[in-house]
Amino acid sequence: MAEYLILIYEDETAWSKSDQDTFDQIMKGHTAFSENNAAALRGGNALHGTDTATSIRKDAAGEVTVTDGAFAETKEALGGYYVVEAANLDEAIALAKQVPAVYGGVEVRPIRVFD
Amino acid sequence: MADAHRHEWGFVLAATVRVTHDLDLAEECVQDAYARALSTWGSRGIPDKPAAWLTTVARRRAVDLLRRTASLRQRLPLLLDERADDPEPVPEITDDRLRLIFTCCHPSLAQPAQVALTLRLLCGLTTSEVARAFLVSEPTMAARITRAKKKIATARIPYQVPPASELPERIDAVLTVVHLLFTTGHTAPAGAALVRRDLVERSLDLTRMLRVLLPSDLGVAGLLALILLTDARRDTRLASDGRLLLLADQDRSAWDRPAIAEGVALVREALRRRPPGRYALMAAIAAVHDEAPSWDETDWRELVGLYDLLVDVWPSPVVALNRAVAVGFASGPAAGLAALDALAAEPQLAGYGYLAAARADFLRRLGQIAEARVAYEEALLLTENDVERQFLADRLRCL
Repeated sequence: MAEYLILIYEDETAWSKSDQDTFDQIMKGHTAFSENNAAALRGGNALHGTDTATSIRKDAAGEVTVTDGAFAETKEALGGYYVVEAANLDEAIALAKQVPAVYGGVEVRPIRVFD
Repeated sequence: MADAHRHEWGFVLAATVRVTHDLDLAEECVQDAYARALSTWGSRGIPDKPAAWLTTVARRRAVDLLRRTASLRQRLPLLLDERADDPEPVPEITDDRLRLIFTCCHPSLAQPAQVALTLRLLCGLTTSEVARAFLVSEPTMAARITRAKKKIATARIPYQVPPASELPERIDAVLTVVHLLFTTGHTAPAGAALVRRDLVERSLDLTRMLRVLLPSDLGVAGLLALILLTDARRDTRLASDGRLLLLADQDRSAWDRPAIAEGVALVREALRRRPPGRYALMAAIAAVHDEAPSWDETDWRELVGLYDLLVDVWPSPVVALNRAVAVGFASGPAAGLAALDALAAEPQLAGYGYLAAARADFLRRLGQIAEARVAYEEALLLTENDVERQFLADRLRCL
């Protein structure tokens, strides 16, 4: 077995424009996902928007700069994640396909383990 | 030996991977087995079952190497299958080529990597041969193959046949790769030769293999029919002086009749699927040409009807372009030109040489010489295959 991170990337503008009904629908979808896949689920969280993000970078000289905003400006931003356990990539993809992401999509990455 | 290499490589490798759970190690062991065969088959004769002989030798070598380097190997990620925890090799030799091709053509790998892995692992081509087939440098191809193998191991792409629920989609991905190999070979995108025989033959080998392993899949039947029916005209596509000959000018008596008969039987079978698949429809189109006694007796109405069905199941601008050409022969060059011009705004066809070439031909037939000249010149700019360029240049000169 291995652990995979499912990253949810969605269009924040579309999210912010969605009404209460849509929001409730999506949250219901996440609850259903968590209940249906409780055995495989190892964790997960939703994130506040990138307008609440702070980026910290250190340059070659060791100078640290703290700036407003996400690390990379993209149309679809990381909005949440799940950690799942799966036997292989096909199983992880099967789980990822069930994650609600109406305003974007999800990315699956194997979690690296150091001995 | 060359025969054993071409026909058994994929079988032997796929069976050896079941022991090594590591593609690189399996390749190394299979290479060793072929080297052993080279030195012993000459003196002792070819064994009754060359594939079984090679597999046994490759697996024995794998077990040997695995024991010797057990501590070293444990740190590398291993390929997964349901027996991954079983340290002893499975005694029986099973046909694992389906597992191997589904791993090579996994949708999480980029398509160029799927193609490269398939040629390398199923067909036994060397990295330099794969690089030459796709006109990229050997280091580039080596890096592509290494990256893909690393992803298979690290992301744990399983070494297994997908479950029934995903099978149709996954078979389609495999067929797309094999079809791409065929089209790349049938008309090389660039270079001196019109046809890359090696690629055409590999795609035919792979499709025949799939036909044996997935006998009831009608998509496979359709692709095999398409390759047979298209490749049946292989000997007549060039004149003796190397010029390109269009269907209208080819010697139909030299077409491969046994291949056509096999292809036509397969098309009939493949068309039973409702709606018919894209390969079955393309094969049916090829069959109409193959069975026409002469160019003038080609059933263009039937072809337009088949293209209409094909556009439905596969709405691609290139299919629409071929349909427009058929319309031109069914209803006259003016109708063909109108159908082509309706496609002019397709972004996917911008820079597609065949659109300009088809326009040029209809303009020439309509006697609009000045416009035809411009279209031929545009087609020449967009074509990188030397034989096709020569054809267009000849047409331009004869205007």
